[in-house]
Amino acid sequence: MENISEPIFLALINPGLDLEFSFTEAMKGLGLSSQFAHILWLPLPMLLVLTAALIGVLVTVWLERKVSAAAQQRIGPEYAGALGVLQPMADGLKLLVKEDIIPARADNLLFTLGPVLVLVPVILSWLIVPFGQNLLISNVGVGIFLWISLSSIQPIGLLMSGYASNNKYSLLGGLRAAAQSISYEIPLALSVLAIVMMSNSLSTVDIVNQQNSAGLLSWNIWRQPVGFLIFWICALAECERLPFDLPEAEEELVAGYQTEYAGMKFALFYLGSYINLILSALLVSVLYLGGWGFPIPIEWLAQLTGLSINAPLIQLIIGAVGIVMTILKAYLLVFLAILLRWTTPRIRIDQLLDLGWKFLLPISLVNLLFTAGLKLAFPTAFGG
Amino acid sequence: MFALQGYDAFLGFLLIAAAVPALALVTNKLLSPRSSAGERQLTYESGMEPIGGAWIQFNIRYYMFALVFVIFDVETVFLYPWAVAFHRLGLLAFIEALIFIAILVVALAYAWRKGALEWS
Repeated sequence: MENISEPIFLALINPGLDLEFSFTEAMKGLGLSSQFAHILWLPLPMLLVLTAALIGVLVTVWLERKVSAAAQQRIGPEYAGALGVLQPMADGLKLLVKEDIIPARADNLLFTLGPVLVLVPVILSWLIVPFGQNLLISNVGVGIFLWISLSSIQPIGLLMSGYASNNKYSLLGGLRAAAQSISYEIPLALSVLAIVMMSNSLSTVDIVNQQNSAGLLSWNIWRQPVGFLIFWICALAECERLPFDLPEAEEELVAGYQTEYAGMKFALFYLGSYINLILSALLVSVLYLGGWGFPIPIEWLAQLTGLSINAPLIQLIIGAVGIVMTILKAYLLVFLAILLRWTTPRIRIDQLLDLGWKFLLPISLVNLLFTAGLKLAFPTAFGG
Repeated sequence: MFALQGYDAFLGFLLIAAAVPALALVTNKLLSPRSSAGERQLTYESGMEPIGGAWIQFNIRYYMFALVFVIFDVETVFLYPWAVAFHRLGLLAFIEALIFIAILVVALAYAWRKGALEWS
């Protein structure tokens, strides 16, 4: 059944930019086999996405410092570049040439492996972030589930670095981080599950396509308002952002599992947490805010202006608008996260666990069953 | 080479993602100053000489949470195929999932009642 319905489903949707196809065709023109062209193509989107992620981190760090400064009526960084935009880059360079200190009593191997294990899964999760119909590294079948499974590797890295430091603050911080991460993973996975049920697919591309039939009004946030809130709270907790930054609560645990880290290894944690924040914001926009979709469906605009949607130039513009929309939505959420940081007090560990287990978990289960019931009652409104 | 479509990119991206920290650490090693050890290699303990290590036996309070987590994580994994195929399964699948979740809610209520979800 799926095999029959899929081509029809795809035919209805504007194919959009397919850079891989164009690249393969160009390479074929040069006399290369399509398999070889595919191998040549593979690293290009990866390096592009990686560069975009790193630039995204620099922008987010700058935004964080500027917005924090504004919230506290300071000026913030202003000397490095215009408005201090180069400040994060200067910080990064500084950390790159800092001495790497490993405490004498720490476990060397685990101490190094910890930050690496935190960073690698977070970068790897960018595999499934779509910026357009074909503008993602790989539209793997398990899609969003890949992110869920990758995000459960991170607590191992945190626990590892907390334990390896042989420092009491680090150990407590690492344990807290792991407990927090596992407590919020289940409500997170369950709220994603409700979205998956509405899209009948795990693929992030299908999830976005399902939301873009009527622009703004068909975004998942209207059909999953509770799921959206659960997801956003859990995403903040998974990123260890205030009000959930207990693992590194400076008043209690110095810096938690990061206490003993210096130089580049500290920078890896820093990088990991910001990449994770942007990734979460991107996924919120993909799952609930229509991903690359323009608030008014682009097909309607094309019809109104009488332009053909399949013209190459229009395709290029649509692709660019899609990328801009995705990033814009994600940065709105990043901005919200930064504002939340300065407006909410940190919660206690028992409150954190209560919120996760006694509130979010039951609510997300109810939300899932409610979605299933609504899907049975109104199949067309909930993805058929 | 790959049975499932798109996973060659996963392997490639895994290598690239792993290269980022490796490159960063190697660059750091080449550029950073090195000094002979001393007090800087002491474990930090608010400016005091550390009293004992951290590798000791102590009560991990999150132990029960980890156990409950395993139960519910497995449950979530079981629900994923159900959710993807739900549009084809209809009412019967809904009732089945309802029973499945009801059993787990009983388990949650039990753990709650027994105080497994209390941090104390």
